[in-house]
Amino acid sequence: MTEFATQTTTDGAVHLILDGPMTIYTAGEIKAQLLDGIANAAIVEIDLSHVGEMDTAGFQLLVMAKREAQRLDRTLRIVAHSPAVREVIDFYNMDAFFGDPMVIPADH
Amino acid sequence: MEELYSVFAQEAREQLSAMEDGLLRMEQGDHDSETLNAIFRAAHTIKGASGVVELHHIEKFTHILENLLDKLRNEEIEVSPELITALLKGCDHIGTLLDRVDQGLMDEDAGLQQAGEVTADVLRGFTNMQVADSTAMMPDASVGTVERAGGETAISDCWHVSIRFGRDVLKMGMEPLAFLRYLLNLGEIVHLETLCDALPPAADMDPECCYLGFEITLRSHASKEQIENVFAFCRDECELHILPPNSKVADFLGLIEHLPEEPMRLGEILVKSGALTQEELDVGLRRQEAATKIAEATEQVPPQIGEILVEKKMVQPELVEAAAAKQKQVADKKSAESRLIRVQADKLDQLIDLVGELVIAGASANLLAQKSKQGNLVEATSVLSRLVENIRDSALQLRMVQIGETFNRFNRVVRDVSKELGKDIELVISGAETELDKSVVEKIGDPLMHLVRNAMDHGIEPAAVRAAAGKPERGRVELNAFHDSGSIVIEVVDDGGGLNAEKIQAKAIEKGIIQPGQTLSEQEIVNLIFEAGFSTMEKVTNLSGRGVGMDVVKRNIQALRGTVDVKTELGVGSRFVIRLPLTLAIIDGFLTSVDNAAYVIPLDSVVECLELRDDDTRGHMLNLRGEVLPFIRLREFFDVEGAPPPRENVVVIAAGGRKAGIVVDQLLGEFQTVIKPLGSLFKHLRGIGGSTILGSGEVALILDVQALTHLATQSEERRTQPRHALLAEERE
Repeated sequence: MTEFATQTTTDGAVHLILDGPMTIYTAGEIKAQLLDGIANAAIVEIDLSHVGEMDTAGFQLLVMAKREAQRLDRTLRIVAHSPAVREVIDFYNMDAFFGDPMVIPADH
Repeated sequence: MEELYSVFAQEAREQLSAMEDGLLRMEQGDHDSETLNAIFRAAHTIKGASGVVELHHIEKFTHILENLLDKLRNEEIEVSPELITALLKGCDHIGTLLDRVDQGLMDEDAGLQQAGEVTADVLRGFTNMQVADSTAMMPDASVGTVERAGGETAISDCWHVSIRFGRDVLKMGMEPLAFLRYLLNLGEIVHLETLCDALPPAADMDPECCYLGFEITLRSHASKEQIENVFAFCRDECELHILPPNSKVADFLGLIEHLPEEPMRLGEILVKSGALTQEELDVGLRRQEAATKIAEATEQVPPQIGEILVEKKMVQPELVEAAAAKQKQVADKKSAESRLIRVQADKLDQLIDLVGELVIAGASANLLAQKSKQGNLVEATSVLSRLVENIRDSALQLRMVQIGETFNRFNRVVRDVSKELGKDIELVISGAETELDKSVVEKIGDPLMHLVRNAMDHGIEPAAVRAAAGKPERGRVELNAFHDSGSIVIEVVDDGGGLNAEKIQAKAIEKGIIQPGQTLSEQEIVNLIFEAGFSTMEKVTNLSGRGVGMDVVKRNIQALRGTVDVKTELGVGSRFVIRLPLTLAIIDGFLTSVDNAAYVIPLDSVVECLELRDDDTRGHMLNLRGEVLPFIRLREFFDVEGAPPPRENVVVIAAGGRKAGIVVDQLLGEFQTVIKPLGSLFKHLRGIGGSTILGSGEVALILDVQALTHLATQSEERRTQPRHALLAEERE
């Protein structure tokens, strides 16, 4: 199961850490969590460094979250990508859409 | 699966008739590019749809047709009558193939295949004819003037894969990523564009549905099949378009047409179809922005992005045109989709049956309420019956279709037959929007076909004869439809030679249809052509004139409770008048009674009611405000026993342009009538069209107004006729 941890950082941003797979099996609850996070804070930072697995359903959730944030005039940042996440976003050629800096490890 | 094929066949037929319409219009000098585009689109749709249902022989054949249309559209070949004929033949062949699909046969038999090859060869002949001269003459407008900068030329050497995944693929355990990654086994993904346009707002989004689409540029040596096979597992769940490298303009056009996206901006459409690169679009958009500013300052109309792109030679004008059409189409289709649903005819019939029962049950409730004399109940039931009336009307409306579609088929018939006969004949259609019951429309096609062919073959004279008679050389056949007192009238009119009554009489005597001494009114003589085994034309042509037509026409029309009449004037033309009941199920009736039995007269044919006064009548004639009105006493007609009441009533009815009176005992008022057909036992009953059940459960007979009017006026004609004959004899 995917676990969520929410922290509020000093500058008022909500820091959302996802731990576990972002797949169709967990899509329902992740959607709720993401929307919840966006609804409650002006700045949402999502940490995906612990997402071990991501499929198209998971990817769609990120697109949805980004759009919803834009609609509500919130800032949504993905602050950390796991290799799995990076790979999917990269393959779908959507880096520009999210506009988040991706840290490319040295061994890549 | 069978349903799928029948839906395909039906839709393909609609496209086919659109093609045919367009082609005929083109032949008559319609040079509108939109007409040609519409024809092309129709062909393209058939091709696409036949591919989807895997009827590859249809797909293949349509492809040949489409190629030719494409050349025509690019103005590489000229429109000629021969070309149109060839294209129409092509349409016919597709029609034949569709017939086979309707019969549940998914392949073509050898004979058909051969016929198809012959037609295809002719089409290919036209297609290839121009290739020789166009390559020489045209400096290849499609490639030469479109210049792309630098590396982008490489992109056009790649496959273009456009895919929209279906909503359910994720739920079915399929992963788009896996399919797309597999593409890497075939070659290099030069560019991949993820389309999230279909993703709904967060609240409506189902996290387990797939909303994504992709435009992929793939550099690969694989064949189209190989690429397609990558998506084999989800082929049915997604929309897939694969464009070969160096795609021709036509392919881009096709792709533009099939983009399933939400309303889009023109530029996006072009970029998505691959006809335009994003950079080019950006340049174009910047220019538009600048131009708009200038336009605002100078109060001119700001230029459209399409104009700029064409002007800058970034894209071919026809592509912009197609993209603009797509833009409009998306908007149109959206509304059209919600406006039309296909319903099975038998479901509709079932509904009408139920409504019929409802009407009867409602009438019965109404009656009981009135007997109970409870004000509230009466009020409630009267509201109820008004609603039932509305339901009845709308249910019947569902079955109504315009006759135009049937009429339009004759454009083609007239064209072909007039060519065959070597006569110049035009078809004039009026009242195409007249509506009538679908089941009637279906059955009226054949009789009409016969009448039209007959009019052209026997009616319209050869040009030389026409010229000699001082008529315009071009013959004219008219198809008219209009409503007339509860029935629909369809006329087939020609301005030909008319029917020769003497010839008909002689022929009828020769054939033994009438006896030599028999005296007939002119109208009766003319109507002899509807007798079995009658033909006046010496020459039997392959169109009509085998003497097996007119009686069949009459029988078919009678089976629809209709009549057919002919009015003719020698040398001026003939007019065949078909009269059909509007609906076959429920009518507004006027309830009357004679003795204790109830009779229903269709309300539409009732003109007025009045009291019968003895001093106004003479024999079976009535003086109606100075007008002579023949009438029939139902009491006499149906041999009802008992004495008539002191005051009788006359219902004046009109049918077929003639008026007659029906004398009844009592007038009972309006009544919604569900027509129950009489059993075959009563088939020969004259004057009765059907039966119905009253609210009380009693049976009432529905009068056949046409027949009664006919009888009333005919008996009058009869009475006056012998006098003529007598006079003639005296003179001799």
